Amino acid sequence: MRVHSRRIRAMFRKELREYRHNGFIIWTMAIFPLIFLIQPLVVVFALPTSASAQLGHEHLLLYMLGIPAIVPAAVAAYAVVGERQQGTLEPVLTTPIRRQEFLLGKALAALVPSVAIAYAVYAVFLGCVELFAQPTVASALLRGPDLLAQLLFTPLLAGWSIWIGIAISTRAGDFRVAQQLSILASLPTAVVAALVAFNVLYPTLGLALGLAAALLLGNGLGWRITAATFDRERLIISTK
Amino acid sequence: MSDRGVRPSPAGNSGAPALSVEHLSKRFGDRIAFEDVCFEVGHGEVFGFLGPNGAGKTTMVRTLGTLLSPSAGTAFIGGTPLTPDNGVEIRRRIAIMPESPGLYLRLTVAENLECFADLYEVPDPTDRIGRALRAVNLVGRAHDACGSLSKGLRQRVALARALLSDPELLFLDEPTAGLDPVATRDVHELVTTLSRSGVTIFLTTHRLDEAERLCDRVAILNTTLRTIGRPAQLRERLFATTLTVRTLAALPDPGGVFAGLPAVEGWHQDGPATYVLAVSEQAVAAPAATRALVAAGAEVLSIGESHHSLEDVYLELIDQDQEAGQG
Repeated sequence: MRVHSRRIRAMFRKELREYRHNGFIIWTMAIFPLIFLIQPLVVVFALPTSASAQLGHEHLLLYMLGIPAIVPAAVAAYAVVGERQQGTLEPVLTTPIRRQEFLLGKALAALVPSVAIAYAVYAVFLGCVELFAQPTVASALLRGPDLLAQLLFTPLLAGWSIWIGIAISTRAGDFRVAQQLSILASLPTAVVAALVAFNVLYPTLGLALGLAAALLLGNGLGWRITAATFDRERLIISTK
Repeated sequence: MSDRGVRPSPAGNSGAPALSVEHLSKRFGDRIAFEDVCFEVGHGEVFGFLGPNGAGKTTMVRTLGTLLSPSAGTAFIGGTPLTPDNGVEIRRRIAIMPESPGLYLRLTVAENLECFADLYEVPDPTDRIGRALRAVNLVGRAHDACGSLSKGLRQRVALARALLSDPELLFLDEPTAGLDPVATRDVHELVTTLSRSGVTIFLTTHRLDEAERLCDRVAILNTTLRTIGRPAQLRERLFATTLTVRTLAALPDPGGVFAGLPAVEGWHQDGPATYVLAVSEQAVAAPAATRALVAAGAEVLSIGESHHSLEDVYLELIDQDQEAGQG
């Protein structure tokens, strides 16, 4: 089966244009990152110099991996059920697009802005910490391996979260239900990130590689399983 | 039921009709959407598909458009069998305009069409979009959000979208449902123009005047295919040819005037001074009846062929189905 990049790009571009005009999606994309940004900043700014020793044993930066774990699922939840609810799914499915192309276009459209927003929030956080936190606190917080893990795990977590969101979106009959279920289903990955951040799960290279491999596998399987269960007939006859 | 009286196919497509449906059925569990339907549509033909609500018209379009899998039977689109493996190939060659336009309302007309031009992978999309917009007279609205357009204009955008891929076979599912007379007229003119340019059109409609005006042939579906043919053929098939005679005053002895006239098989009075003659050959019966009326001293107001519309055909068939259902 050969996927056609032009059809994937068509869905991707259409989605981005819809985001631009849809305030609800923009708010969904913005609200979670703001929560994940403001709360740790307040905590960090309040930390005295003496807290740097304690911070050296934690990985607070990784707490922000909650952004790619949750935000993309909330956006991806709209992917299929949103099209069904606005009556646009049927015209799209009457074109030569394959279900794999349709889903890839949708997934990329959720991935790119989510990852961009996550990286932007990290940059703002790092800048604020460098500028306004106690220098010892800043140096204890901003460590190379944590930053690298943050950069590498962001797209992996976002991808996994997107396939969960899309899978739920193909089965749900209402967008709000799909969004709530998707956020709920993506919470376990956010919890794992928090456990690592607070040193409950001790981060080692082995653990990092194992989690990365599991997420890579999950992303590949997510696409295939979602595509395999994408039933045109069910989606069309249950369209209002 | 089948009808093979279709237009010959243009050269270069292996002689296959534009659409051939063979014993096609679709069930949803125990519910039958349509059953054992057979027909063919010739290239360049405007084929009307009529039927009451729930008759299976939209399900037929969705099945032929590869959105639903048939429960039994098969179909060929330009000779290509309707199988899951051929879904992409078939969808490249057809376009469907569903009853609801299904536009992205937050996007502009041009953005909607760009998306679909890419989905169809049309070469030179800018030119193709321009042509489609010109065809539906919407060039000036290209940058308006679809959500700001009236229902009639949205329908036109949906039609432009269906034209982007230059389809061999265009399915129009209730294209004028809910439109005002002006918008309806515009859609009719477009269908006529498309038909003249050689596009095969499969039109489902409730509007019998629309079918009569636009379609070369019509089929009437009520779960099973009830009849198929040219509107005039259907009228002839279902109703005897009759002449309606109107006189200024009631005839004192109508039986004496009409009985025994050549080609007149019977008559009945249909009003104080109106008579309906069942005739076998109109060209023979009409002059004979005229002569007999004049000879009887009747003052004749008119003698004309009784006209049965497609609506009469449709209602007669649906009434028959209802009576059969009650029986």
